[in-house]
Parts: sequence; structure tokens; C-alpha cells
Amino acid sequence: MLTLYTRRRIINVTGLVVSMLAMAFGLFWLCWILITLLSHGLSALTPAVFSQMTPPPGSTGGLLNAIAGTLMMSLLGTLIGTPIGILAGTYLAEFGQRGWLAPVTRFINDILLSAPSIVIGLFVYEVYVIRVGHFSGWAGALALAIIVIPIVIRTTENMLRLIPNTLREAASALGAPQWKIVSFVTLRAARAGIITGVMLAIARISGETAPLLFTALNNQFWSTDMNSPLANLPVVIFQFAMSPYEDWQHLAWAGALLITMSVLTLNILARILFRQSATTH
Amino acid sequence: MNAETVNTPKVIVRDLNFFYGNYRALKDINLDIAEKMVTAFIGPSGCGKSTLLRTFNRMYQLYPKQKATGQIMLDGSNVLDPKQDLNMLRAKVGMVFQKPTPFPMSIYDNIAFGVKLYENLSRNEMDERVEWALKKAALWGEVSDKLKQSGTSLSGGQQQRLCIARAIAVKPQVLLLDEPTSALDPISTAHIEKLIDELKKDFTIVIVTHNMQQAARISDFTAYMYLGDLIEFGDTSTVFTNPKRKETEDYITGRFG
Repeated sequence: MLTLYTRRRIINVTGLVVSMLAMAFGLFWLCWILITLLSHGLSALTPAVFSQMTPPPGSTGGLLNAIAGTLMMSLLGTLIGTPIGILAGTYLAEFGQRGWLAPVTRFINDILLSAPSIVIGLFVYEVYVIRVGHFSGWAGALALAIIVIPIVIRTTENMLRLIPNTLREAASALGAPQWKIVSFVTLRAARAGIITGVMLAIARISGETAPLLFTALNNQFWSTDMNSPLANLPVVIFQFAMSPYEDWQHLAWAGALLITMSVLTLNILARILFRQSATTH
Repeated sequence: MNAETVNTPKVIVRDLNFFYGNYRALKDINLDIAEKMVTAFIGPSGCGKSTLLRTFNRMYQLYPKQKATGQIMLDGSNVLDPKQDLNMLRAKVGMVFQKPTPFPMSIYDNIAFGVKLYENLSRNEMDERVEWALKKAALWGEVSDKLKQSGTSLSGGQQQRLCIARAIAVKPQVLLLDEPTSALDPISTAHIEKLIDELKKDFTIVIVTHNMQQAARISDFTAYMYLGDLIEFGDTSTVFTNPKRKETEDYITGRFG
């Protein structure tokens, strides 16, 4: 008896120690990344970063045009991708019980979800940039939208599936048609979860580099013209960090810190939002 | 005294069979539900009592593999007829579920939601209807000053009365209650039982319950079901004090089930 109990305790302690070590291992790298970012980025984070354009090598400047470009393209990508994602996710969760369309869509969406973002960049380059003849902010936003769509589809479907069937039955028992049940009851009940998914999608695209390399490219000057090449933080970081110029490297660190902080903020906001809704239900 | 002679039947069930895929869950059910009375379905888990209840408003239709055959006559038309308009049927036959299911909206909107589906009421008329339904459900006193609050913020017992208010706001003729108190504490249960007694003045009530004392307390007629068969059906005092069938007696005396 005792040996069985002792053995169980030993296994328990071993399991606990191993999982703690695994956690420490993961956290170690994360902390290291954050510390490096902060130590290099904080000193480079001057007011000029937010007020001046990306400089030519050797002179001072900031990241204003890149920040603006990233905001514009992320916003537009989200605006294009979110409605499509929510509608498709709603179809999968609420209307796709019968027939083959929903399972096929779900399967393809899963592939899209795990597709390397560089492939999506190449795709938009092939079907849009080549046809139009030049890089542009539109192309960048389009590539980002294609990344947003599968994420939002997946979270919308998952969140709607968490809504108990009894709620659908209750609305149906009143004689409500299905479109009313979906738009006034289930989507509403899943709202916080869906918004969380959208925020996580925004966090994901705000740091994407590969799809923008082939689509928005970069622009050294201030521009809000979506139809021309557009500066953006990830590509600027990529370009500046690889350069031999120290000013550029500092700006790259500042940009990296900015992206990381905004992604972190979005993630924390998403968690708070989701937790609040979980306690009220 | 028996169901057919005392009252005109509101719902007449004839040769009803129900299938989950190939599994036959109800076997040739014949039953009359008396108007403005409380009819209780009792029986052990899996006997088909909820299934039977869910055929009355064709709730099963939400699920692809379920189907019913036979006749359920309500006001002279067959509920199971494929031509039957489902939403109009559900306007006539309301339902309350085991777990409270408030919609994620205000108390007021929870009730207005169903009413708006069938009636175009002015703001004033809607206010009156909401008040009427909440009073009928004995909830008005507790929520009259917080109608704009979310329905999910209420306690379990209040939520269930909100669901009852929501169901009667549409002014149905038949009210189906699927174990409406099994998730509630004794005080809330007492509230709702009292309420059912009030409601039967206006509505024909069919209730599924696991609680035999509850069936004895609140129902006028009782149906005992077992494994998809209707074993015994009659007026409640007879079924509980002088059952005709041995199986019924075993169940209600606790020797079985």
C-alpha cells in the first residue's frame, strides 16, 4: 500500500518538476527577448520616432511614415477580413450542419490558417501586383486581409459552438426564424469571444513582414496613397536592422519595441475582455 | 373521472412514433391533453417523456436525424403535417426548458423579442405587454425597476420565471414545460409550482418532471411512460393512489426507477 502511494507521489513530483522546467525554459527566452528589446529599443524611442520620416543613411529621422503605413494597412486588412471571416464562421457554425460545403470549407480554412505568410505575399504579388504593375498599400492590405480571414473564421466558429444548443432551442421555440436566432441571440452571446478573435488577428498581422515585402514594399517618404508603395514597420525593421548604419539599427530596435508592445497590449486587452464576458455568463 | 369526458381535449395524439435515426424512441402513443389543465409526463430517464413533449412544437426538427410519424391534432390540424408552418405552430405552443435560457439582452428585450415576431405593437402597448407577462410570471415585483438590466444578471429562479414570462408574452395556447424546476432550489421551485397553478386558468400546460411529488402536487392528469411506451394515463389522483398497472405502481412507490 505504502509503496504504491510513495510511487504515485514520486511520479507526481517528477511530473511537476519537469513541467515547471519546461515553463521556465519557455519563459526564459521570452524574457530574454523582451529585455533585449527594451534595452536596445527604449533608448532609441525618442520623440523624433513619432514625428519624423525614415531617414536616408547617416542622417537622423523617425518612423512616422512606417507607423502610419502599418496602421492604415492593418486597419484596412482588418476591415476587409473581419466581415468575411465572421460571416463564413457563422455559416460554418450555424447553417452548415447538412451537406458537404461546410466540411470542405472548414478543411480549406484550416489549410489557409497554417499557410506560411510568405506564400500569401507571393500570391497577392502574382494576382494583384503584377497585374497592376506596381507595389501598393492596397496589395499589402489585401495580403493582410487574407491572413485575417482564416483566423476570424476559426474563432467565430469556435465561439458560436460554445453557445449551448438550449439557447438556440429557446429562440426557436418562440418561433423565431433562423436568421433572427443567429443575429439577435447566438452572435450576441458569442460577441466577446468573436471580438477577442478579431483582436488576436490584428495582433498577428501588425507584425507580419513576409506578405508586405511582395506587396506594399516600402516608401522612404510620407505617403497615405494606398495606390503606391507604402512604408510599414515590419519591412522597415527588416531593412534597417540588416543595414550597416547605426542610426538605422537604432530605429529598427525602436520599431521592434513598438510592434511588440502593441501586440502585447492587444493580447492583454483580448484576455481581459474575454475573461469579463466569461464571468458574466 | 377521465381525460376524455371531463374536458374537451386541446391536443390529440394518435399513433405517434418517434425515431432518432433508426432507434424508435416512442411507440404508438395515443393520448389526449385536456384544455386548460396541467398534464404531467413522468417516468425514468430515457423513457421518452421529453421526446414526446418536443414533438408538440416539433422542436426535434432542428436536428437532421430525428423524425416523427402519426398524428398530433391541435385545433383540428395535424402538427406533424409537413405543410404546417413551424413558426405559427410555435406561436401557439410555447416552451420552457430545463435550464434557464435568458437571451443575452435586457429583461425587457427578452420578452419583447418573441412578441415582435408576431405583433406590431406601439411602444406603449409593448410596455404593457411586458408588464403583463412579468406579472403573470410573478416576476414583476422583483424586476420592475431594472428592466434595462441584462437577463443573464438575474438569479437562476428569476431567470426561469423570465423564460416563462417570455413564453407567455406571445400568448400561446399550450405551454410545454420540460423539467422546468430541476435546476432550481426548493424556494424557486415552490414559486414556479404556484405559478403553474395560476397559469392553467389561461393556458393548457404539459409538464415533464422527474419529481413524482411535483407531478402529484401540480398536475390534473398524469402519464407514466417507460421505454417509449405510454404505460398508464389518467387523472393524477387515480394514477398515484390506485394505478391500474403494476409497472406504474412499482415506479411511483419507488420500487423501481
